[in-house]
Amino acid sequence: MELISPADFVKDKVLAVQDYALLAGRSVGNLFRRPLYMADMIQQADLIGFGSLPIVVLSGLLTGAVLADNSAATLGRFGSLSLIGQLVSIGMVRELGPVLTGLMVAGRNASGMASELGSMVVTEQIDAMRALGTDPSKKLLTPRLAATVFMLFFLTIISDLLGLVGGNLVSMLLGLDSHQYWTSAWQVLVFNDVFTGLLKPIFFGFIIATIGCYYGISARGGTQGVGRATTQAVVAASVLILVVDFFLTRFLIVLLGYR
Amino acid sequence: MPTLSLEDTQTVTQDAAQDAIVFENVSIAFQEKVVLDEISFRLPRGETKAIFGVAGSGKSTILKLVLGLIKPDRGRIVVLGENVTEMREEDLFELRRKIGMVFQESALFDSLTVRENVAFRLLEEGNVSEEETEKRVREALRFVELENTVDKYPSELSGGMRRRVAIARAIITQPEVILYDSPTGGLDPVTSNTIIELIVKQRDVYKTSALLVTHRLQDAFTMATHYFDSKTNHMQPLPPGAHSEVPMAFMVLRDGKVIFDGDVQQLVKTKDEYIREFISLD
Repeated sequence: MELISPADFVKDKVLAVQDYALLAGRSVGNLFRRPLYMADMIQQADLIGFGSLPIVVLSGLLTGAVLADNSAATLGRFGSLSLIGQLVSIGMVRELGPVLTGLMVAGRNASGMASELGSMVVTEQIDAMRALGTDPSKKLLTPRLAATVFMLFFLTIISDLLGLVGGNLVSMLLGLDSHQYWTSAWQVLVFNDVFTGLLKPIFFGFIIATIGCYYGISARGGTQGVGRATTQAVVAASVLILVVDFFLTRFLIVLLGYR
Repeated sequence: MPTLSLEDTQTVTQDAAQDAIVFENVSIAFQEKVVLDEISFRLPRGETKAIFGVAGSGKSTILKLVLGLIKPDRGRIVVLGENVTEMREEDLFELRRKIGMVFQESALFDSLTVRENVAFRLLEEGNVSEEETEKRVREALRFVELENTVDKYPSELSGGMRRRVAIARAIITQPEVILYDSPTGGLDPVTSNTIIELIVKQRDVYKTSALLVTHRLQDAFTMATHYFDSKTNHMQPLPPGAHSEVPMAFMVLRDGKVIFDGDVQQLVKTKDEYIREFISLD
């Protein structure tokens, strides 16, 4: 393995961050420039949104069920089993719904974007597109970004709802009244919870699309390079989602002043 | 870098407007390796120039520089009267619409059908009706004799067929300049000859300016010694001594420099040992 000097290593990283920032900025800026590829956006929304629906449904339903099941024993010990609806509701809407949906969509779509764009780079299709007078950032990146942000928002809502349904199924098995479950789950939610839970997918969607596209466009070294880019995209997107989630949660707690 | 006086600059600018492509003292290096070192040449309108050189001599780099896909470290490149070295990426898209490019490995969009690939430029421009697009796609595919592949995907075609579809995609808007990057590389002699015939047809029928990067000297010699006969719809050999009647030039690169730039007669008469060896090896 070739050794690289610390200075070159840092320079490479700074350059990568700069390239990523430029790509992300251009992708957003293209939303306000013509042509706007609406057909490509709808196609991507279908691939990213409806394509991710099965895994989001499954993960949301099971997470809500497991959350209810795990907390039932502890709540039961204090005679507070009726609070299970509140716990699932807060947990899903504020945290688990957005994060798990983000991670699921990152695993499926950041890898998809990186491999698709990476293959296009190594087979000169991106150069061909530029040579044909089409801006790849407008045609390929912006539709993916817009579609991911838009669809992740709704996928998160679906995931939250199904998490509550999962929690309800478990609570019914534990002998809890369904009406009581839904009433407590509904009543505990305040504006800040819903706002926090629905703001996060916008950030996560941005991360998934820009990271997936960045690693795809930067792919070098043939099929091996595409494979590497795909793996790196999933890892980077997942880690960034968790890091941004932490800081965003802290920021919102301070900003909105709630616990 | 040599400096130009005001008078020289004006002359160059006038010439540049008349020529399809002008390179002036262009240099580029990739990670310390100098690929092109102060090269200058011009491609007059309507002429086809074949570029030779060993692998890694910068032939494909020249084509990418013409399109502005990469920028030179030094020098000036004028394409169709516009200085591409100073243009922003957004402005280059307009210029690129006047240039066709046939990539080494075809670079067809693998998720699109042959029809969609060939029509790509028209669909992007968005101001051509569906009927007109279909008509022009079929015309372009008829030109390369592949009209029956219109609904196929690139993966269903042979290497030679993909190369011909790439030519159809490049010519559909009748660009003023076409850049061919090893269009016959890796193909059998019969298919290579078909491709060369298409390039000659484009040169003689539509008078398109072109840069042709190739390793195969015999392809360029065929182009210099043949013309396209519209009556027979085939390439025909020129009568003896009529080689200067076809707009065909040759350029040889070595160690990042242009060591030859002239016509077929000058090439065969050259005293340069390297070029003579290059010709005899081919």
